[in-house]
Amino acid sequence: MKDEVLRVINLRVYYHTSLGQLKAVDGVTFSINSGERFGLVGESGSGKSTLAFALMRLIKPPGYIEGGEVLLDGLDLVKISDDEIRNVRLAKIALVPQGAMNSLNPVIRIKDQIIDGMVDHVEDIPRNTLEKRVHDLLERVGLKHEVSHKFPHELSGGMKQRVCLAIAISLNPKVIIADEPTSALDVVVQRQVMLTLDQMQKDLGVSVLLVGHDIGLMAQFVDRVGVMYAGKLVEVDSVKEALKEPLHPYTKLLITCPPSLEEKGEFKGIPGLPPLLLNPPSGCVFHPRCPQVMSRCCAEVPILNEISPGRFVACHLYNEVKI
Amino acid sequence: MNTFEKNWKGATAYFRNNPKLIAGVSIILALVLFWLIGSLIVSPARAQPISGLPDQPPSLKYLLGTDSNGRDLLAVIIVGTGLTLRIGFLAGAIGLGIAIALGFLSGYYGGFLDTIIRGVVDVLLTIPALAVLVVIAAMISGVITLNLMIIIVASLSWMLPTRTIRAQVLTMREKAYIPMAKISGMNNIEIIIKELIPNLLPYLAAGFVGATSAAVLATIGLEALGLGPQSLPTLGMTIFWAVSFSAMLRGMWWWWLPPVIIIAALFVGLFLLTAGLDEIANPKLRRVV
Amino acid sequence: MTFVYVLKRFGYFILVVFAAATLIFLLPRLATERNPIVQRMGQTAAAAGVLSEGVQEMQKAWEAKFGLDQPLWKQYLHYIRDLATLEFGYSLAYYPAKVKDQITNALPWTIGLFGTATLISFVFGSLGGALLAWPKAPRFLQYLLPFVLTLSAVPYYLLGLVLLFLFAFTTGIFPLSGGYSIGIVPSLSLPFILDILHHSILPGLAMVLAGIGFWSLQMRGLMVMGLEENYITFAEAKGLKGIRVLFRYAIRNALLPQVTSLAITLGQMISGAILVEVVFGYPGLGTLLLKAVSGFDYNLISGIVFIIILIIAMTTFLLDLIYPLLDPRIIYRRETR
Repeated sequence: MKDEVLRVINLRVYYHTSLGQLKAVDGVTFSINSGERFGLVGESGSGKSTLAFALMRLIKPPGYIEGGEVLLDGLDLVKISDDEIRNVRLAKIALVPQGAMNSLNPVIRIKDQIIDGMVDHVEDIPRNTLEKRVHDLLERVGLKHEVSHKFPHELSGGMKQRVCLAIAISLNPKVIIADEPTSALDVVVQRQVMLTLDQMQKDLGVSVLLVGHDIGLMAQFVDRVGVMYAGKLVEVDSVKEALKEPLHPYTKLLITCPPSLEEKGEFKGIPGLPPLLLNPPSGCVFHPRCPQVMSRCCAEVPILNEISPGRFVACHLYNEVKI
Repeated sequence: MNTFEKNWKGATAYFRNNPKLIAGVSIILALVLFWLIGSLIVSPARAQPISGLPDQPPSLKYLLGTDSNGRDLLAVIIVGTGLTLRIGFLAGAIGLGIAIALGFLSGYYGGFLDTIIRGVVDVLLTIPALAVLVVIAAMISGVITLNLMIIIVASLSWMLPTRTIRAQVLTMREKAYIPMAKISGMNNIEIIIKELIPNLLPYLAAGFVGATSAAVLATIGLEALGLGPQSLPTLGMTIFWAVSFSAMLRGMWWWWLPPVIIIAALFVGLFLLTAGLDEIANPKLRRVV
Repeated sequence: MTFVYVLKRFGYFILVVFAAATLIFLLPRLATERNPIVQRMGQTAAAAGVLSEGVQEMQKAWEAKFGLDQPLWKQYLHYIRDLATLEFGYSLAYYPAKVKDQITNALPWTIGLFGTATLISFVFGSLGGALLAWPKAPRFLQYLLPFVLTLSAVPYYLLGLVLLFLFAFTTGIFPLSGGYSIGIVPSLSLPFILDILHHSILPGLAMVLAGIGFWSLQMRGLMVMGLEENYITFAEAKGLKGIRVLFRYAIRNALLPQVTSLAITLGQMISGAILVEVVFGYPGLGTLLLKAVSGFDYNLISGIVFIIILIIAMTTFLLDLIYPLLDPRIIYRRETR
């Protein structure tokens, strides 16, 4: 509770399709502290991107936020009006999108795209203040002043991603959500962008929610990590402890999967496929693929419990220990 | 399931859900039936001049009255619908044929041939078709027969479908259909029938409707200036005669209004067909309306 | 915008004009061996009761320029040279008036009517179409859609006929024909201008009604696709005001293909406009063309047709120049090919 900047309580996002209800995010609870870096990791379809979008209330029909709370600065983002959420976006909570290639308006200059966000939130800023701010922002993300006059198609992928970063910090938000900011980039550019993000976070002290599927990347960047599977949060830990001593069987598998440079051997994967969110398995959602499955797992849904300070896991293996 | 089977199942299932397509087809079918059944009931000979007293308003004997030359207008409308439909569809078919040939050549072989064909199509598209057609038709205005009309009108209806078909051939060439099919053991003919043609079908259908629409539009345009088959009562010529004889001013609504309604129906039908086919090709448009 | 680009588009413009001119030149000469034009000239002139010496002079003048004793290429050169000065010869239907003068009288009417109607239907149609696709737009627009859809299918010409009947003949609100009332002396006074407007409303309306349907339908389709783009999502994530997202992000981008299609359909639209003029007896190129056709006035026909093609080619060229201003990627793409 100390210094908490964002608190998510039992958030549920369902998609209403003609085939039934798709539970993309099914009761997720966690919080992020001020200045903290929180990583949300999971495979494709785990619901992590949906969660990120839900925090900013960007879910469109047929998806709906079915319930839960998202508390930021005393406001419940789920319940406030359309106009209020518009004001909160960018000013208090900002998004760094996944596909920066297509996230910038192709017919407007970079400078104007950085400015319009600011202008729509704060009235009457004199023109030269805006322009100065643009230059400062570009400098901060490591881009030259000339970039401001260009159009998006004149920039490389990495540069575009950094422009999106600049936009995200333009109003000094409390939380930045980075949705797989490097997936579409090659490793060299990935590193540059992550370094920029790193430096920026240190300078501004903003909280970052990094959403991704690359646990190696998480390890290098975040303080705490939350593991998502099939719409549920199965483990929340400090990243060091998650890597040293993963609690949930899924986390264990995630960590051992990536190949290492030292050992050569067979690729290890997690057998099976992620479940169809239309008809999730009964009880623990992971039980069909879990190497440590017990009979209880098929029947009972495990709850996210704090089994030691700051370490949360939703798994019956630990419930038994407690009892 | 190969592409053919997949597409067939998808198409028939979708057909029922596409109101525009159904409406369009219904209207066209209704017009065709009107013509066919009408021809059986009313003798086409009555569409000739001096079949009855001129300038008669509608009565029991002449359901749609007669025009200033004594034609029985009901017969005229029936025959005219058939004529206009024939010109439209035949010209559309010819136009489509040209479009398929040129589109394939251009898309498949590429290179210099493609550049030339594309250049010709683009230049011709810029030139207003009516203008050229007027020039052609004006020269031979005394002797335009039905078939000549069809050819004239077809000659400028093929451009847009050529573009579409060429684009589709290009896309198909790039996609993996053909190598995939070869790998899975199909021979060339099978590939053409089961993979190429089904993928091309929506575009061929759209191309045919497009060429037909362009042809009918051109026909009406030419006939509005009096440049149609002089001795045949096509719908457009009927309107032309009506206007020339000041039918509107003389209050003879039964002369000009029925052909206008039928042509309007034809256009609306063709349009709905096009819109319906568009929705099949582009599923995102289906959601709204 | 690079010089190369302008040059290319200009070259294309010249090409179109040349192609059209050549076509108009060749077609009658392909028809029969005997020169049909001279024959027709004689027929028509005789029918109009013109003195045969005058006609023979004319025929001789024609022969001198285009006579079959001349090699084809020489005829062609004369023809092109004349065209460059917009010299089309004498009008047979209005003899001894020259084609150039007839066209000069009719042209402003056509441009005024066509230009205004196209502008109105494009702007309002596109706006309407964009709003139709915007989820937050007022609902009543959706009800207009089927009505407008149907109207867009019908050619201007037919709509014109119906409008003429409804509003001119039966109710007499608008005049039956003409560009201005008979008996009024043309001047730059307000009553005259109002009179012109009064006469222009129905023909204009015919074109606008049909056009609006077409443009709004197309814009709606483009917007529906455009709203799925990532930059729209990011724009919303930036907390931009709804109006800004609609206009500067969604519409601004959908406008590009919309303007392209304007350039492509110009030819078709002007054809429609010409026919509408015929219905309303509007003193533009349409009515002139009708007269020309019925009088076998080949000079006039080819003159009008050439002017129409010229107008379209010029407008297309202008649009080509405007397009890079709308879409900064155009030059980039062409240069990197």
